[in-house]
Amino acid sequence: MTTRIDRRMADLKAEGRPALVTYFMGGDPDYDTSLSIMKALPKAGSDIIELGMPFSDPMADGPAIQAAGLRALKAGQTLKKTLQMASDFRKDDDATPIVLMGYYNPIYIYGVEKFLADAKASGIDGLIVVDLPPEMDGELCIPALKAGINFIRLATPTTDDKRLPKVLENTSGFVYYVSMLGITGSALPDTSKVAGAVARIKGHTDLPICVGFGVKTAEQARAIGASADGVVVGTAIVNAVANVLGPKGEKTADPAEAVATLVSGLAQGVRSARLAQAV
Amino acid sequence: MNSPVAPNSFRTGPDTEGMFGIFGGRFVAETLMPLILDLEEHWKVARTDPAFKAELDHLNTHYTGRPSPLYFAERLTEHLGGAKIYFKRDELNHTGSHKINNCLGQILLARRMGKTRIIAETGAGQHGVATATVCARFGLPCVVYMGATDVERQAPNVFRMKLLGAEVIPVSSGHGTLKDAMNEALRDWVTNVEDTYYLIGTAAGPHPYPELVREFQSVIGKELRDQMMAAEGRLPDLLVAAVGGGSNAIGLFHPFLDDASVKIVGVEAGGKGLDGEEHCASLTAGAPGVLHGNRTYLLQNEDGQIKDGHSISAGLDYPGIGPEHSWLKETNRVEYVPIMDDEALEAFQLLTRLEGIIPALEPAHALAEVVKRAPKMGQDQIIVMNLCGRGDKDIFTVGKILGMGL
Repeated sequence: MTTRIDRRMADLKAEGRPALVTYFMGGDPDYDTSLSIMKALPKAGSDIIELGMPFSDPMADGPAIQAAGLRALKAGQTLKKTLQMASDFRKDDDATPIVLMGYYNPIYIYGVEKFLADAKASGIDGLIVVDLPPEMDGELCIPALKAGINFIRLATPTTDDKRLPKVLENTSGFVYYVSMLGITGSALPDTSKVAGAVARIKGHTDLPICVGFGVKTAEQARAIGASADGVVVGTAIVNAVANVLGPKGEKTADPAEAVATLVSGLAQGVRSARLAQAV
Repeated sequence: MNSPVAPNSFRTGPDTEGMFGIFGGRFVAETLMPLILDLEEHWKVARTDPAFKAELDHLNTHYTGRPSPLYFAERLTEHLGGAKIYFKRDELNHTGSHKINNCLGQILLARRMGKTRIIAETGAGQHGVATATVCARFGLPCVVYMGATDVERQAPNVFRMKLLGAEVIPVSSGHGTLKDAMNEALRDWVTNVEDTYYLIGTAAGPHPYPELVREFQSVIGKELRDQMMAAEGRLPDLLVAAVGGGSNAIGLFHPFLDDASVKIVGVEAGGKGLDGEEHCASLTAGAPGVLHGNRTYLLQNEDGQIKDGHSISAGLDYPGIGPEHSWLKETNRVEYVPIMDDEALEAFQLLTRLEGIIPALEPAHALAEVVKRAPKMGQDQIIVMNLCGRGDKDIFTVGKILGMGL
């Protein structure tokens, strides 16, 4: 099986540059604005979209993504609407891969079989579910793979060489390397350590390795893109939305435009990553 | 759902994957997985190590003051005019509740694992106080996450934790109660996984926590068996305990699960009634879902978003429940019932006046159920209730509701 993720990664490999993977929170600050943000992402240079599914108790997320999820839930976002958002996006874009990212409970309550069928029909290519480690593969990972949806696993600094094979076993699409111990949006550690970690994981798999958690600037994206196959940016994008919201949640500027400006800069960063390396 | 066939034993769980039927498991971020596997390895070794048992037994005896007495509540029994009522008096433990039983066991595990920093979540503050106590005793730094609402309504316990040298971090996300404190503790753990031990206060969370907390709390039920045989020469007819996360209850229940003659009842916080949103009766009014590392009954909406519960008792104010309780409910071994805020408050006052014992609001819920059941039972029958905490921490809350200025 090949998915849009596999095709996009192969194309970028041929092009000789890393992917820019952008996360945003579905439904933040409201459905229509969020859809306009999603549509703006590929135009600004995003190669893969991570569509955040809001959850009331996001245990691996920092304050920025916690707040974004609460804004989305308050505006009435549900898993059903998040899938609808992917469908709406697919009306004009059938190439950009969409990865749903979030926590398991809303999927479990929706019903795994129904969720996978609806996700597939909505044009979803992959899933990142933070609280489903390989020990829980029977829950969603194996059914997703059977349904033709990539299951993208997180590897972390605590995933040692002994554990890596287990983490990689049913992973497909790409591996998401969490570059630090901690929650989303914390400070990025030394980028030189990232290169070593990417090399270590590459010793175990041929899958592309995307690196995230803490990437905020074009310069960081460039530095990480020198060794990684993709750079994931999330909190910075969510903050770009939050920054144009007033104290009562009213829009003080166009969130989609704010996100596009940020993402264009990040896209330049990843596009110069290998050039910088070559120099 | 078909009603499952009763198992041969109710005491063999969890399985090697940490499951009690469909409940339990290890639903955590990858960062935590290696640590949880490491904890499981250390736990497997410790639980069969005579030296570990000897050290824990010694602390239980000389530090906590175990065994806790089994007390025949003569005047309450007379007042209700039915079954004989006994209390297992875990409120007399050092620190004032059953929480110390678990904290001593886990701090010994943390030391074996070479961890140098302890974190915990707390609702009523009883677990926070017990954790701060064992950290002081073993000289380890301690950080306690506590919902901002709870910090306010449990001020005496906040002060106690600070006196014991713990750092108390108020958590204002959500409703600022136990669920939010647990989220924040998990975030700390993910960030400081290398040196930090997360000392979970209830029989919930990812495997092996539900099992090891149960084992440390089972000292309650094991002592009771011996004490009951000595007092009455037979097992009790009914066990009653309050369930928030459910650690005192599972500690009382577990040694009796295979004794078919012993009826077992868990009491949830019915808050202001199950019709509205203001309750914490996850088993009675919730549905299975996944939160805080395990699958269990949760208060949630149709989109799988977790609701904030309500209870007059901060210790029962949690929208989930330990996974073993979910399984005991589904297998019909244990009956779970709600008790409302006002019923608990009435029981609180009744016990204070009749027996000279001020109970915590958590066991006051269990007591309210005893008050309902005892008169319907024969005078030759025996009820044992776990009096799992003392009410000193609650006098301000109760005083406010009763309009007595303090």
